[in-house]
Amino acid sequence: MALACVLLVLLALWIGLSAIAGAGVVADPLTTLRRLIAMLATPRFWKDCQTTFTAFTWSLLLSMLLGAAIGVALALDRFIGETFEPILVSFYALPKVTLYPVVLLLCGLGPASKVTFGVMHALVPVALLTRTAITQIRPVLWRSVKVMHLSRAQILRHLVLPAIAVDLVAALRIGVSLSLLGVLIGEMFAASSGLGFAAMTAMGLGDLPTILAIGVFLSVIAVAANATLLVLEGRLRRRQQAVPF
Amino acid sequence: MSPRLAALGVVAGAVGTLEAACRGGLIDPQAVLAPSVMVAAMVEVLQQPDILHAVASTGLDVLAAALLAISGGFVAGIVIHASRFLRFGVEPLLASYYAVPTFIFYPVFVVVFGVGKLAIIAIAFCLGVVAMITATLSGLDAVPAVLLRTARVMRLSWLQRTVMVMLPATLPYLFTGARLAITYAFIGVIASEFILSGEGLGYDIAYAYNNFDNRPMFGLMLLVLLSVGGINAALDTLDRHLRRKTGQ
Repeated sequence: MALACVLLVLLALWIGLSAIAGAGVVADPLTTLRRLIAMLATPRFWKDCQTTFTAFTWSLLLSMLLGAAIGVALALDRFIGETFEPILVSFYALPKVTLYPVVLLLCGLGPASKVTFGVMHALVPVALLTRTAITQIRPVLWRSVKVMHLSRAQILRHLVLPAIAVDLVAALRIGVSLSLLGVLIGEMFAASSGLGFAAMTAMGLGDLPTILAIGVFLSVIAVAANATLLVLEGRLRRRQQAVPF
Repeated sequence: MSPRLAALGVVAGAVGTLEAACRGGLIDPQAVLAPSVMVAAMVEVLQQPDILHAVASTGLDVLAAALLAISGGFVAGIVIHASRFLRFGVEPLLASYYAVPTFIFYPVFVVVFGVGKLAIIAIAFCLGVVAMITATLSGLDAVPAVLLRTARVMRLSWLQRTVMVMLPATLPYLFTGARLAITYAFIGVIASEFILSGEGLGYDIAYAYNNFDNRPMFGLMLLVLLSVGGINAALDTLDRHLRRKTGQ
């Protein structure tokens, strides 16, 4: 109810802004929606979507695999973890876009650079969340698996994975948004297709409805993915808390 | 050996390895310059007469965006905190805000404001303001109820309560929010300059890249990364100090 009211107010603000600035300057929601529907009917749009989401999927996959592996490596040894964490945190806070030319020089113009750039955005949070999740496993559980003489694979299967599942979903949620951001920035700077490129082309033509339509489309997808993963995270957390220890 | 020292060692080792790989021909010198060459290039860049203009342009944009995000986020946080209804409505939006690739809206600002400072400051403000709102809300939530009761017992006025109780209690949270807003302002300003603008450090890097002018490009890159890294590290130290002092 409250959310609906706030959304309505935001929509009213958008309409008001468009009315004040003039429809030629700021497209109103209806024009944007019409443009989005028109765009959804063009093959060009779906080709751009495919380009963007293929790069995004690879970037997310690599970020999760590499990030989780780095997280595990950092969690296994406290000293190594404490050594590398500040380095990763400092890297994460830098404006990574400055490094994009190096990525382009190393990977060339093409999907590889976008994927690498997406990974550069998402890798650190995934690694740090995995590390924190593993280090927070209660000591009594580590002692128990030792007493039970479990093998490494069994420890991973029966202790580590169930214990960090919630945080892995949280990492996935953050990984989704950051990978998408990285891929889009890559496309905005140097690409010949993709949604980021389409937005930049529309900007060159002063075509605001198209940019807004692309922005709204991406926002809806991002928010929906975020909300789904949040629900999943909540469910897993409740299930985890239901375990008596 | 402390982890801090080890971290320095790791960074030094990485720089040394890169240097050796570049000198040994393992990495194409056309693609990546050796760190020693990068430092020399940075010194050359710093001697250029127009570097001051670029630094000032970027710095002022970051300052403007950060100040607007911090003050706007602070005020919005107070307003949202005051109304339970508003909070119920806004909180889900705040939670999913950073899931949206906000930067895709930079072209919108360019079309509306034109290429220039206004569009850059607007997008950098949008990136940072929500971090400040969230921090303000967490800070206000964390004021111990006993302090508020004490303020009531002492019959403090609204102003006294705000200045003497609320502000000191929320300060560490506000600082964390401000630090994030500044980090986002740097990212937003430099990324927008890089994608499309007419001046600033990000623009200079993109310009050098487009002209295959690697030496100044790496010099500028190093300059940006070192200065932003340094500012972030200083803010982080201050943040930790503030939290320790207030026992959080």
